[in-house]
Amino acid sequence: MGLTLVSRNNPLASSQEQLRCLAMTAACPPFETTMAQVGLAPLHATGITVLQINVGKLCNQTCRHCHVDAGPERREQMTRETAELCMRALAHSDIPTIDITGGAPELNANFRWLVEQARALGRHVMDRCNLSVLLLPSQADLAEFFVQHSVEVIASLPYFRPAQTDAQRGDGVFAKSVRALQLLNRWGYGVEGSGLMLHLVHNPVGAFLPPKQEAIEARFRQALAREYGITFNRLYTITNMPISRFLDFLITSGNYEGYMARLANAFNPAAAAGVMCRYTLSVGWDGTLYDCDFNQMLELPLGEALPRHIRDFNPVQLHTRRIVTANHCYGCTAGAGSSCGGALT
Amino acid sequence: METYYHPHDLTRFADMGKGNPELWGKFIQYYSAVFADGALTEREKALIALGVAHAVQCPYCIDAYSQACLEKGSNAEEMTEAVHVACAIRGGAALVHGVQMRNVVEKLSM
Repeated sequence: MGLTLVSRNNPLASSQEQLRCLAMTAACPPFETTMAQVGLAPLHATGITVLQINVGKLCNQTCRHCHVDAGPERREQMTRETAELCMRALAHSDIPTIDITGGAPELNANFRWLVEQARALGRHVMDRCNLSVLLLPSQADLAEFFVQHSVEVIASLPYFRPAQTDAQRGDGVFAKSVRALQLLNRWGYGVEGSGLMLHLVHNPVGAFLPPKQEAIEARFRQALAREYGITFNRLYTITNMPISRFLDFLITSGNYEGYMARLANAFNPAAAAGVMCRYTLSVGWDGTLYDCDFNQMLELPLGEALPRHIRDFNPVQLHTRRIVTANHCYGCTAGAGSSCGGALT
Repeated sequence: METYYHPHDLTRFADMGKGNPELWGKFIQYYSAVFADGALTEREKALIALGVAHAVQCPYCIDAYSQACLEKGSNAEEMTEAVHVACAIRGGAALVHGVQMRNVVEKLSM
């Protein structure tokens, strides 16, 4: 298993150092300039339909591309008090969906409480699952819990073969992911007619853009069914963001400038118009508000004169807020676009 | 060191339009149509292009289509097999000309 940037004392563990690198790139014009050329600057939110809650950086894996720098030794975790503030905000809004992420969100002591509370409020709950967490002894009843609360599971699986998956996520992770998917299938997840939704997330195992979503979904569907008897609902393609551990990979492998140029050259105005920050509000483990999970990891808080913490949540002020952008945003606007729900166009 | 090939020249391919924009435009239109999804998928066409790139030994094409294959969802095993196809055809093309050699040898020999 790899190590986090924090445990390696890597300078890129600092968000300021990451932002410095992103600002210095010669490979692309400032993101704001590119957005202005297509009439999208300044970028504003169009509402909030997803409250994305990042409950912390603790994870049982240390994937090489992780934008959170999550890992087993990370201790940043959302407390019950902050979780309660999130649910209070949800109750005072009409946001239909919460999207719980991490780290491995299921390892947070308040994860199940959050799910239960959100479901009691009648909201849809999505969980971003690394799959291997389902096999931990402490999580033996997790799949059953998902079923009981109709949680939509969005599971990371970068490729349908072991070599590529393990290269990104760690030795043996592909085999564990297969076992976890088979477990979810046995509970009805991803099985036609069950109503239990299981989506996969594919992101490239390297410094290149993802393929067409429909094309790679078909290959996953065929390979996983044939080799392992696994079924799923949809596959989402997500572009690797040039931040945190993936930024470290780009720099150390000599791919940074080339990747930034690739993202910028593939800038797609249609994707830019539909980026997820326009309809998402992101909450950090400590309750700080952000436009998206990537801004959260770069510690780019909401703009001036806006609520900065979930305790001050005010949907009127936030619905059409101006969104904070920087050069990492090219990751969401390249090619077919990228979001937590996959391609944008 | 000066060389005939520079990686950054790949990004200047469109400069070829400066000499004759009309022909360049027709070429790009045709090129785009060729690589679009059709009876073959974009992914399959990129693998063919990768094999051809090795057969014609164009470093620009190898660079471009190695990345294109990855971005179409192919993996290194598939790409290696595409290169072996090019290798087999090139090698086979050399070897089949050995029949001509044998014809000459048979004609000249007692």
